[in-house]
Amino acid sequence: MLYREAGDFKTTYGEDSQTFPIRFDRMGYYVTLLVAFGVVPLVINDYWASAVFLPFLIYAIAAIGLNILVGYAGQVSLGTGGFMAVGAYAVYKLMTSFPDVPILIHVLLAGFVTAAVGVLFGLPSLRIKGFYLAVATLAAQFFLVWLFNKAPWFYNYSASGQITVPQSKMLGFYITGPQTSATAKYLFCLIILVGVAVVARNLTRGTVGRKWMAIRDMDIAAEIIGVNPLNAKLTAFAVSSFFIGIAGALFFAVYLGAAEVTEAFNIQKSFLILFMVIIGGLGSIFGSFAGAAFLVLLPVFLKNVLVGQLGWPTDLAAHLELMIVGALIVAFLIAEPHGIAQLWRLAKEKLRLWPFPH
Amino acid sequence: MELRNITLRFGGVVAIKDISFDIRDGEIRAIIGPNGAGKSSMLNVISGFYIPTEGEVYFKKIKRGPMKPYEVARLGIARTFQNIALFDGMSVLDNIMTGRLTMMKSGLLSQAFWYGAAAREEFAHREKVERIIDFLEIQNIRKTPVGRLPYGLKKRVELARALAAEPKLLLLDEPMAGMNVEEKEDMSRFILDLNDEFSTTICLIEHDMGVVMDLSDRVVVMDYGRKIGDGTPDEVRNNQDVIDAYLGVAHD
Amino acid sequence: MPDQVLYAIEVTLNGLMTGVMYSLVALGFVLIFKASGVFNYAQGVLALFAALTLVGLQNGQVPFAHVINATFGTNLSTFGWHLPALLAILLTAGIMVILAIIIERLVLKHLVSQAPIILFMATIGLAYFLEGLGDVMWGADIKKLDVGLPQGISDTIERVTDGWFGYGFFIDNLDIVATVVAVLLVAALTIFSQYSKQGRALRAVADDHQAALSVGISLRFIWVLVWSIAGFVALVAGIMWGTKSGVQFSLSLIALKALPVLMLGGFTSIPGAIIGGLIIGVGEKLFEFIMSSPDLAGAWFGFTIGATENWFAYVLALLFLVFRPQGLFGEKIIERV
Repeated sequence: MLYREAGDFKTTYGEDSQTFPIRFDRMGYYVTLLVAFGVVPLVINDYWASAVFLPFLIYAIAAIGLNILVGYAGQVSLGTGGFMAVGAYAVYKLMTSFPDVPILIHVLLAGFVTAAVGVLFGLPSLRIKGFYLAVATLAAQFFLVWLFNKAPWFYNYSASGQITVPQSKMLGFYITGPQTSATAKYLFCLIILVGVAVVARNLTRGTVGRKWMAIRDMDIAAEIIGVNPLNAKLTAFAVSSFFIGIAGALFFAVYLGAAEVTEAFNIQKSFLILFMVIIGGLGSIFGSFAGAAFLVLLPVFLKNVLVGQLGWPTDLAAHLELMIVGALIVAFLIAEPHGIAQLWRLAKEKLRLWPFPH
Repeated sequence: MELRNITLRFGGVVAIKDISFDIRDGEIRAIIGPNGAGKSSMLNVISGFYIPTEGEVYFKKIKRGPMKPYEVARLGIARTFQNIALFDGMSVLDNIMTGRLTMMKSGLLSQAFWYGAAAREEFAHREKVERIIDFLEIQNIRKTPVGRLPYGLKKRVELARALAAEPKLLLLDEPMAGMNVEEKEDMSRFILDLNDEFSTTICLIEHDMGVVMDLSDRVVVMDYGRKIGDGTPDEVRNNQDVIDAYLGVAHD
Repeated sequence: MPDQVLYAIEVTLNGLMTGVMYSLVALGFVLIFKASGVFNYAQGVLALFAALTLVGLQNGQVPFAHVINATFGTNLSTFGWHLPALLAILLTAGIMVILAIIIERLVLKHLVSQAPIILFMATIGLAYFLEGLGDVMWGADIKKLDVGLPQGISDTIERVTDGWFGYGFFIDNLDIVATVVAVLLVAALTIFSQYSKQGRALRAVADDHQAALSVGISLRFIWVLVWSIAGFVALVAGIMWGTKSGVQFSLSLIALKALPVLMLGGFTSIPGAIIGGLIIGVGEKLFEFIMSSPDLAGAWFGFTIGATENWFAYVLALLFLVFRPQGLFGEKIIERV
């Protein structure tokens, strides 16, 4: 009887268009926030942080970014890995050039740098559509990775070609470097993720979001009712790349600590994030969370079962994972193109009427 | 609105040949003609989707240069489509709100944080849209995704989206195609009310002769890309060329 | 002739040969796209899978040996026989047909009316699945593929050109074979689609799905047919690439190069696929040659860069598309509302 809208009257348009219109959902949202900020930081350890929480938080940011481009604006991109690399190398160059500036500023700046690069590679979207564009974004992927691998300026002429994050502190706590605690890493990423999610939600429910969705659903009609396609597509590329750049910066600086571009940001990364978006739900912020959680937990789960319990070799488990992920992608596209988010929505709709569905 | 000597060619195919006519403020102007006569192309020229090969378009007495469709929309020309062109993934409300995009000005940053100007603007426009929703009697489907609606309602939502732009000129491409008699009556009433209450200028394409003759103030008749008749419904009805080409003679 | 020019000619010839290889993969894309409107991202993985299967059959590997061993603690590896190359190729072709039927049953049938981009993403999922399956079935180690094709530098060409220019060109025998095979394949496909009943049905479907259905052509049969042919083309490409550089995962990445080839040539044109492949093959080899040469790029720009083959094709295709979105041979699209 808890899950009802009855009796919860909306008297302003503001209340009507809020993110969680049902009181029970609102409560759930606050409880989740409370647990994420109040409980997890107290119990988290290095294993959980590096195996589950950090990848989840960072991939969720990237997935939200890609979802804005693919799910909301309908422009498929296979260049996510390359754009994450831009964020990573930008934050590296910024941190090594201006060590006294707080890292949060650097991460945001890295986002802006990536947004600029994203707009550059988004320009062709004005002329080409659909999978032509998807293939065109591969140019971004391969070119950017090559650039960071071959131009020594980007990795400060280090002998190994790797980039290694310098130590940095904020408010007296280490955020990057070997001395950083799991709690600090976790909270830093969490705060950014919450910020990103709120901004993404606000953008997608307002004017900008409608422009994106109009372009996605029917670009010709959108143009005729007054959407400037140049503006709509490029803002989508900019906002999307901004988030993906932040994710790349965090992935390198907070999570990996040291990175080699062909390893950390190759085309497999692009597909991983795209799969998170598809499985989670195209055009849904919640779906980005769900997809990221799913694809972070699946390998951990498989590894524990196959390698830990059955004693399979690791590479075999990895190959089986490829098969499972591939099959899931196909299955979701066939059965529920809007992913976990849609399943969740349907479940909620049922629940709202339960136990009297008519 | 005035069109002077419009010609439109695609490669070797001539879709419209040297047509001139005008649309006066506040009138309902109909374009009729057999299939393939170039009616939809004409509408596409007016709404800026096609740029005429030759000829001039005047809007509000000012010559309109080659413009992008979205720039034309900002001048105050809105339209509906022959094969409904709604945004299927969005709710009815969001679809209609897109009609007001040309009037919404808040920037990316203020929208990102929602508070202040962006939210105020959103709610002000929401109020306007709610009035249109009331006018077209679609309150109960406000939050339904458009993809789930039946045909007749989709047509109505599309009209609502065009109205949301508060157009100076409204173009309707076969607003009654595929409707039953009752739905046609509803739609005719909406069109007439619009014209009366908001004095919106309307230009429509329609095949149902009864509807056209009842609704419109003046009619243009097209055939094979040429204009073969122009005038009040009565004049057109008695024009010999029009009867030969289109209306036909009753066999008795 | 000055040395640089001779080098450049050699590089160009090698580029042409590589281009033929790209064209082979691109051909599979075009076939599927024309008949079903599906942009089959998995075409490259299909080539990898075919090559893996061929090697596995030839060497009498036990399929899924790794899984069986890991599960039951057995120690299987091979059946102990060695199949003749031709038989192994025929068997692999059969398996590709079965694979086509399975793909149609499990995937395509359920996605008939979906948007092209959804189908495209589904084929990405399919690519992942097949890649995993290939590895699980046959193991992920790098394998040598030898079906008796001639390999190594052609002595004849080296000797003859040495006699003409005083500089012997290095051309791989395999590349020459690949070119001949590609020509034969294109000729066979052309004859098939122009003169056979199935070929006519195929062209009808490519032209208009609805109309083809209404005259009694079975869409499902056509899809199986075209995926089988694409599987066969993938097998040929897999044999060539596999013989050249070993059967391994990177084969499916090389096959990705077919994508920019298609963007140049247009997705529906077989001559486009071939010419696109040649342009990209020659283009990337020449570009790399110039940019990495201290005498050319080094002298002109003051620096040299290498490994440009990684991105040259994509960037070229991207720039090209911006100026001619329909590709070299595609038709200009008039948009309607």
